[in-house]
Amino acid sequence: MMAADETAMDPVLSVRNLSLEFVTRRGVLRALNEISFDIARGEVLGVVGESGAGKSLTGTAIIGLIDKPGRLSGGEIWLKGQRIDNIGHDGLRKIRGRRIGMIFQDPLTSLNPLFRVGDQIAETILTHMPVSKAEARARALALLTEVGIPAPENRIDAYPHEFSGGMRQRVVIALALAAEPDLIIADEPTTALDVSVQAQIITLLKRLCRTRGTSVMLITHDMGVIAETADRVAVMYAGRIVEIGPVADVIRHPKHPYASGLMGAIPALGAKVQRLTQISGAMPRLNAIPPGCAFRPRCMQAIGKCAEAVPPLVRVGATSARCWLHEEQDERSAAHG
Amino acid sequence: MFAFAIRSLAQGVLVLVTVAFIAFSMFRFVGDPVVNMLGQEATQQDRQELTERLGLNDPWPIQFARFLGDAAQGEFGVSYRQGRKVSDLIRERLPATLELAVLSAIFATGLGVLLGVYAAINRTGFVSNVIMTTSLIGVSLPTFLIGIGLIYIFAVELRWLPSFGRGEVVRLGWWSTGLLTESGRKSLILPVLTLGFFQLTLIMRLVRAEMLEVMRADFIRFARARGIADRSIELRHALRNTLIPVVTIAGLQLGSVIAFAIVTETVFQWPGLGALFVNAVQFADVPVMSAYLMFVAAVFVIVNLTVDLLYFILDPRLRSGRRVAKGH
Repeated sequence: MMAADETAMDPVLSVRNLSLEFVTRRGVLRALNEISFDIARGEVLGVVGESGAGKSLTGTAIIGLIDKPGRLSGGEIWLKGQRIDNIGHDGLRKIRGRRIGMIFQDPLTSLNPLFRVGDQIAETILTHMPVSKAEARARALALLTEVGIPAPENRIDAYPHEFSGGMRQRVVIALALAAEPDLIIADEPTTALDVSVQAQIITLLKRLCRTRGTSVMLITHDMGVIAETADRVAVMYAGRIVEIGPVADVIRHPKHPYASGLMGAIPALGAKVQRLTQISGAMPRLNAIPPGCAFRPRCMQAIGKCAEAVPPLVRVGATSARCWLHEEQDERSAAHG
Repeated sequence: MFAFAIRSLAQGVLVLVTVAFIAFSMFRFVGDPVVNMLGQEATQQDRQELTERLGLNDPWPIQFARFLGDAAQGEFGVSYRQGRKVSDLIRERLPATLELAVLSAIFATGLGVLLGVYAAINRTGFVSNVIMTTSLIGVSLPTFLIGIGLIYIFAVELRWLPSFGRGEVVRLGWWSTGLLTESGRKSLILPVLTLGFFQLTLIMRLVRAEMLEVMRADFIRFARARGIADRSIELRHALRNTLIPVVTIAGLQLGSVIAFAIVTETVFQWPGLGALFVNAVQFADVPVMSAYLMFVAAVFVIVNLTVDLLYFILDPRLRSGRRVAKGH
């Protein structure tokens, strides 16, 4: 069923029908709806979508850092065969940093300004690994070298403000990798950086994770980064995955109208294009998601059925899409969604 | 860092000179010192002689310079009313005020930070709500009322603690302390509570608010994502960031506790500088008043300097000085 069968057996991360709600005074808002995907060992899964689609929320939910009034309302999260969505605060704390590393968008604010970077890395190592302080410091130094900090033996005792933005994000990457996690969740790791630095950081992240066999969930709204980096890509819209599949297929032959709209908005170098295509309208707010397919009001190809029910995620060629247009092509359409 | 310290010091000196000028002009506007010293029976001749001897015929900049020079050495002349040197009076009263103020400050900041952190961490707990509600009383009740209330409960009704004075004091050189005798310690309790209560509630509310703010910061989220233990996040990562703004306020509050212990000293008949000042005002004892003015200014300057230097210890971003601005 669903997209699980196309990834290798025994995925590092397996998210099954994950739903997340915000309980507010005006009622319950569903921010994530039946999210399912797997990430295999060493695989990079790109997650794209516009702001508010639920990309970051998915990452935050996996690592168990959803703030109130948000709460998981359904589904399961499995990390290497261990269920982690119901193991409680202390259980999660041992997973965070140790088995799932996280990289946030803004390296300027991710580091505690009052602590030396070396101490912050050593702190992470000491929290998760039975090593001496000297050993933790040696490892911190090795990590700083590995992420390409020049003169790391001097910089290890520097404070975050003494680094540039790009260098700080390298430190953040070193922190995320400090306890050798199985999975890195990178939430828009380059958005806050200069364009010239973005490519360096992405290349670095890719190289480090490849050599260590670390899987990556790369959350971004930059399709260029996805195209270069990801093995597979999940396109999110209004709290659901609307298309997921190998990156080449999704980019070249998107099946969901929203995904093709996104791809049409990528400027290609060399090609003479008068105008980039644009998806008219805006994503609905959480409290105003229309019945049926959430993309219907903006969809040029909408049919009658779209307003009636949420389409299931069905296999279309190499990818899976949540669209009624492809229903006929797939006989196995399960009752999901 | 060194340049910064020099700059702060220079600013402090400027403040002191300005205040000194105000203290100096008090002599010229509040009564005539010659009349005050000689009384009404003196002849015109005596007055002229004394005026000349005191240098009061010199141009005022010279007089001011002389005043500054004396003030720098701690000399403020002779009290009109008590006929004793002001510097001696101050030295006699200073230990009582300092002991009271420092103990209040320790009580207020220590307990204030503790309760503030507790209330921030357990934001919705019952105890936190009790603390926050009580703190509202502390912020809104005037100090003298708290003092009188404490006297009524602990001195009048329960008879546990004395209602006035310092009790027995022990002299150590020119310093006198109440900390070494039981009656001295007992006498300190109520005034310390009274003087510190407002500061306590203020610091507590400030720490709580700052801490809640810091706990929302990205680096706290990132620390959580790294799996750092909650206690370590709260007491290491968050608290240190909380303390930077708190140090400023607490420092200024310490200054005002030392300087304006007047109300508490009056309520408890505490033989400190505040009481000395109140008496001086009643008798227009200008030398004492101007000396007290200089003392208050000096306290604030010293406290501010200390706070500035504390920043350097707490915040590494300041230590590297100018480089930061150019940073990224």
